[in-house]
Amino acid sequence: MSAGTYTPRPGAAPLPRMIAAQTALETRMLLRNGEQLLLTVIIPTLLLVLFSAVDIVDTGSGASVDFLAPGILALAVMSTAFTGQAIATGFERRYGVLKRLGASPLPRWALMTAKTLSVLVTEVLQIVLLTAIAFALGWSPGGNPLSVLLLLVLGTAAFSGLGLLMAGTLKAEATLAAANLVFLLLLVGGGVIVPLEKFPDAVQSVLGLLPVSALSEGLRDVLQHGASMPWAQAGILAVWAVLGLGAAAKFFRWE
Amino acid sequence: MENEPVVQVTGLVKRYGAKTAVNGLDLVVAAGAVTAVLGPNGAGKTTTIETCEGYRRPDAGTVRVLGLDPVADAERLRPRVGVMLQSGGVYSGARADEMLRHMAKLHAHPLDVDTLIERLGLGDCGRTAYRRLSGGQQQRLSLAMAVVGRPELVFLDEPTAGLDPQARRSTWDLVRELHADGVSVVLTTHFMDEAETLADDVAIIDAGRVVAQGSPERLCRGGAENTLRFTGRPGLDLGSLLKALPDGCGAAEPLPGTYRITGSVDPQLLATVTSWCAQHGVMPEGISVERHTLEDVFLELTGKQLTGKELRA
Repeated sequence: MSAGTYTPRPGAAPLPRMIAAQTALETRMLLRNGEQLLLTVIIPTLLLVLFSAVDIVDTGSGASVDFLAPGILALAVMSTAFTGQAIATGFERRYGVLKRLGASPLPRWALMTAKTLSVLVTEVLQIVLLTAIAFALGWSPGGNPLSVLLLLVLGTAAFSGLGLLMAGTLKAEATLAAANLVFLLLLVGGGVIVPLEKFPDAVQSVLGLLPVSALSEGLRDVLQHGASMPWAQAGILAVWAVLGLGAAAKFFRWE
Repeated sequence: MENEPVVQVTGLVKRYGAKTAVNGLDLVVAAGAVTAVLGPNGAGKTTTIETCEGYRRPDAGTVRVLGLDPVADAERLRPRVGVMLQSGGVYSGARADEMLRHMAKLHAHPLDVDTLIERLGLGDCGRTAYRRLSGGQQQRLSLAMAVVGRPELVFLDEPTAGLDPQARRSTWDLVRELHADGVSVVLTTHFMDEAETLADDVAIIDAGRVVAQGSPERLCRGGAENTLRFTGRPGLDLGSLLKALPDGCGAAEPLPGTYRITGSVDPQLLATVTSWCAQHGVMPEGISVERHTLEDVFLELTGKQLTGKELRA
């Protein structure tokens, strides 16, 4: 390189450009990761197709896809905002990525904004794919789209808070194990594919407080039963969001 | 402004639990210089650098980088400072060029990424994910990430640890180019030759304090005396030789025909020795001057040997 190549000319890129670049990179990393795709795309798709086609679980009256699609959408949000984000962020912390970015011109809040945007982009891709499949399986949703949007946003906030709390406090390997375990438990016990009514009453009321139950039940109220706005479920998600994001903000360690 | 130090550390104390990593450290880094922070593992090098980078909050003392507080003024400081961590810092699934391009996008006037990739020999990394790169490739990527934003000041934490000799020299060349273009460089190392070859200024750290600081020449001069050796006919008259030499010199014949002069070895002393030999009909052969190295100085100051000596290029 010729003389003067390295002559200092420092400066941060404009914030929107930094956030856009970071969002694009985070999204690419997520879509390139096979294990992540398994959680965010393949498992929800398989569950939707399999359980709609084969009557394994009694999903009540009506077409089973009408019961399943809202639950699978809730699962998709959980897989990206909670499981995927927890695992990815946990390893970024472990490998010093968060530390290194902390010395770059990108402010911390902008990094978190980019992470959130990346989660939202991924969710949009998931929802488009899963909705298309559900329609192909004969899904006929009802209700107010704005209520659906609000529930999805609240669910994303709740799961992100919990995912980041886990990623920022536990070891990467522990996060990997715990996030997958939680995913599996909530898949079974969170009203995603198994109706909560199948559980004993006492258990049911506890399970109903889980974020994934609140999201899947809330989405079902709107999309399957045409409710205008399930405030109870929205409230539960809001409480999880406040607790999760608050705890993550307080306890998250960058290194 | 030009002459204001780029780094000013005063009375820095940093503890981790019961362990004191840095214990009242003072360090001044001149603008435009290459400064080596030299010390054995665990001496407090990384803690000091990471405090300057804003990662650690001092328990006592003050740290100023480019006149700013690395913690309180982090947002203003970060675009101006390049950082190379000792390890990691890259998404395990990212490719070398992808990560470097990303870092470039976070800066207003970055270097040309393709040229930098070629300069550091990262072109053959192709589409390989970071986790599959060799240690040396990972190090060079990390170095590229530190300089791509065209910073005024770079902190390089052990930039050549684990590199093969060729990659080390390529890294040294880059440091020299940065220096030539006016970038201030602070690097930590436990390689003596690295400090001696690259640095204008060396700060020797031991047990969390700077025990000596100065140019390699000054530090070496400040140490013990130097040595001049030659071989010739056995049994030369050492008494006569000593009389010819300035006061304070020593002369010995440790092995028959092998002579050792100790003292302040300069051109004048060398001339004195050769003319004495000429007067006595002696043909001195294999004349060698052993300068004191930083290694000797370090050993005297700390009583410790540095590791990594075997990698001496």
